[in-house]
Amino acid sequence: MLAFFLRRVLSTIPVLVIVALIVFFMLRLAPGDPAAAIVGNSGTADDIALVRTALGLDDSMPVQFIRWVGQLVQGNLGESFFMKIPVSELIAHRIEPTLSLAALTLVVAVLVAVPLGVLAAWRHGGWLDRALMGFSVLGFSIPAFVLGYILIWLFSLHLQWLPVQGYSRLANGIIPWLRHLILPSIALSIIYVALIARVTRAAVAEAMTEDYIRTARAKGISEARVLIRHGLANAAVPIVTVIGIGVALLIGGVVVTETVFAIPGLGQLTVDAVLSRDFPLIQGIILFFSVIYVLINLLVDLSYLVLDPRIRY
Amino acid sequence: MKTKLLRLTAMIALAGATAMASAQGTQNVLRMVPQADLKVLDPIWTTAFVTRDHGYMIYDTLFGIDESGKVKPQMVDTYSADAEGLNWTLKLRDGLAFHDGQPVRSADVIQSLKRWGQRDGLGQKMFAALDKIDAADDKTISLHFKEPFGMVLEALGKPSSNPPFIMPERVAKTPANEQISDTTGSGPYIFKADEFRPGEKAVYVKNEKYVPRDEPASGTAGGKHVYVDRVEWVIIKDAQTQANALTNGEIDMLSWVPAEQYASLKANPKIELLTPVPKGSYALHINHYVPPFDNPKIAQAAILTLNQEALMRAQMINKDLYNTCTSIYPCGSEYDSGDTAYFTGKPQFEKAKQLLKEAGYDGKPVVLMNPSDFTLLNKFPPVLAQLLKQGGFNVDMQSMDWPSLVTRRANKSAPQDGGWNLFITGWGASDTMNPLYFAPMTGNGEKGWFGWATDEKLEQLKAEFLATMDEGKRKELAQQIQLQVFETGLYAPLGESQNYTAVRKGVVSGLVKAPINVFWNIKKTQP
Repeated sequence: MLAFFLRRVLSTIPVLVIVALIVFFMLRLAPGDPAAAIVGNSGTADDIALVRTALGLDDSMPVQFIRWVGQLVQGNLGESFFMKIPVSELIAHRIEPTLSLAALTLVVAVLVAVPLGVLAAWRHGGWLDRALMGFSVLGFSIPAFVLGYILIWLFSLHLQWLPVQGYSRLANGIIPWLRHLILPSIALSIIYVALIARVTRAAVAEAMTEDYIRTARAKGISEARVLIRHGLANAAVPIVTVIGIGVALLIGGVVVTETVFAIPGLGQLTVDAVLSRDFPLIQGIILFFSVIYVLINLLVDLSYLVLDPRIRY
Repeated sequence: MKTKLLRLTAMIALAGATAMASAQGTQNVLRMVPQADLKVLDPIWTTAFVTRDHGYMIYDTLFGIDESGKVKPQMVDTYSADAEGLNWTLKLRDGLAFHDGQPVRSADVIQSLKRWGQRDGLGQKMFAALDKIDAADDKTISLHFKEPFGMVLEALGKPSSNPPFIMPERVAKTPANEQISDTTGSGPYIFKADEFRPGEKAVYVKNEKYVPRDEPASGTAGGKHVYVDRVEWVIIKDAQTQANALTNGEIDMLSWVPAEQYASLKANPKIELLTPVPKGSYALHINHYVPPFDNPKIAQAAILTLNQEALMRAQMINKDLYNTCTSIYPCGSEYDSGDTAYFTGKPQFEKAKQLLKEAGYDGKPVVLMNPSDFTLLNKFPPVLAQLLKQGGFNVDMQSMDWPSLVTRRANKSAPQDGGWNLFITGWGASDTMNPLYFAPMTGNGEKGWFGWATDEKLEQLKAEFLATMDEGKRKELAQQIQLQVFETGLYAPLGESQNYTAVRKGVVSGLVKAPINVFWNIKKTQP
């Protein structure tokens, strides 16, 4: 297992090198000049040229790339062209809101979806199953931003229970933190509830047809125990896989929810960086995401060892 | 033991949170959404409006402009000029100090002006006319011109990008093509660099040592009194969320109401809509460097197709938010004139076709750039494309995001090689109120603004405008400049838009009327 772990960690290096190469050169080849965005509406072509020189954008692409890689090997992601703040610092400020939102969304999704999926599998073909399937279609169909606006209207504007927008850091207390995250995590979790519930239902329903379930029932074990200890436990691998994918998607894919609820997370930072063509920031964020995705995949793979003793690496 | 530890941790966390909340609770904090996300902190390095507004929070200027457009002393106590206007003396008023406690000295002023003079168009002109600038003493600055320069006060009081903000000498020594990293100013607010979170918030606290002028606040001039302890610029990108947050009292002010939120905010009893800033305008910019608009007749033909009412209605949605205006200056302003030659703001397709025929337009597509991601501009181009087609043009409207547009507009190649022919953008009244403030008003070819028109007469008129201090002559020259703009088809105004500021009714008051958004004098009462 240690060998597997080391092999997987080492395999991230070529992945990151390829990502770095693609991101760097795609950005340079794509339309859009950060110097033009910095100079603003009233600036002239001469102003743009001055800023380009100051930012080192006049240098050839290989020179720029070597400079960037030189920084990277020293653990330096560079500095934002616009904000003159280290990229690592900008990412660090945005991790907490995004991780908080992703974690709470995942907790909500798992706590709701797994029991629903198990119940649907238990009452396979019954009204609960049909209702769940109907709900999951709805969950997939409602965009998070639409649900977000509905929740804001009801709980923030009408009932005035929760804030419309913003994020309160955990250091300021858990209650304000929760108050700011409840609505966005519900809005965001609906699609994951639908996804995880469907996968759980299918996996548990399949497990429930296995011989060991019949054996367990023949031994007189209660139905609930059969369902959870034997059905759900044996269906855990696909469920954990889809949850793992969900975590990866949540960290990078919460842009719309972050925008609707004005949460200053990594998603918004990414969009801002792309729109302003802040090359060092885009490069840094994408490398960061790559590392996160590789790590999540590694954790999911390692979790299989615990969930299914038959699996060996 | 474990339970006790947990309880203790929870108590400490709760106490910390309560202490923080109570510290904030005793402060009078104005929370507002600025016009855009603040990213760049150097108002000389960029011409972005939001950075300019940030500049007015923390820096002061030698002169300001009152709400009627008149230049008034600000950091300057007294000033004088000789009869020819070649030698000027400015004396700083007492009590001026930077946020670090150091007094504002002539050396700070001179270095700041030198840096500004390298980047700003009007600043460049002023420094080109200057023989020398020196300090008679720590509070007295002398400017000696080698040729008449009639716009000394207007340049030093220039309200919009780039205003000549005064920074400490050590900061102003930063090369003009590099961004400053020290935000020390001498303005009414102090920037909290440690709390700056781009994309989230920018925080300013009251500069307790700031000495406001005695005159009432007006425009960027007069007494800049601060009645709140702290101003937080909260970044909310989504227009609907901005409106919701204001309705819910989570923010106190929305400095720029998006057009799509105007109707709902107007009907909201909790909200008051104000107009502290005069109307802005939109303009069609034409590339004169490449065919076919290197021929003024073809540029005129494009201008003849314009239907201001249709264009503005499509973009601004609500009639309350716009008006047509054919003058290149703000309608109703000092230089506004109804004499706009052939330009009526109404389409004259037959005349346009006739001009195209006379000019020998070959029917090659003209590239109209459409910033499809930019909601403040993206409804204009489809309407304009249709108008141009009706006028006889073959139009190729190309959609792109705004950063691509601003990059492409710097490309002087032919459209098929990555260049362009036409695009639309917006301007503040602070830009268009004076022909010398307006960046696109250039006829110096490749050295000028995007579009690179070569127009010696325009440059001559500008030079005369720059040299004279006679207000009557300036008006006459402003009118001639307007006619010259239409003669060569330099650019064309599309109409004016009224930008509203929304505040919580009964909570926020005291907004100052100014050519740009300024945030002193604002009072917030706790509801």
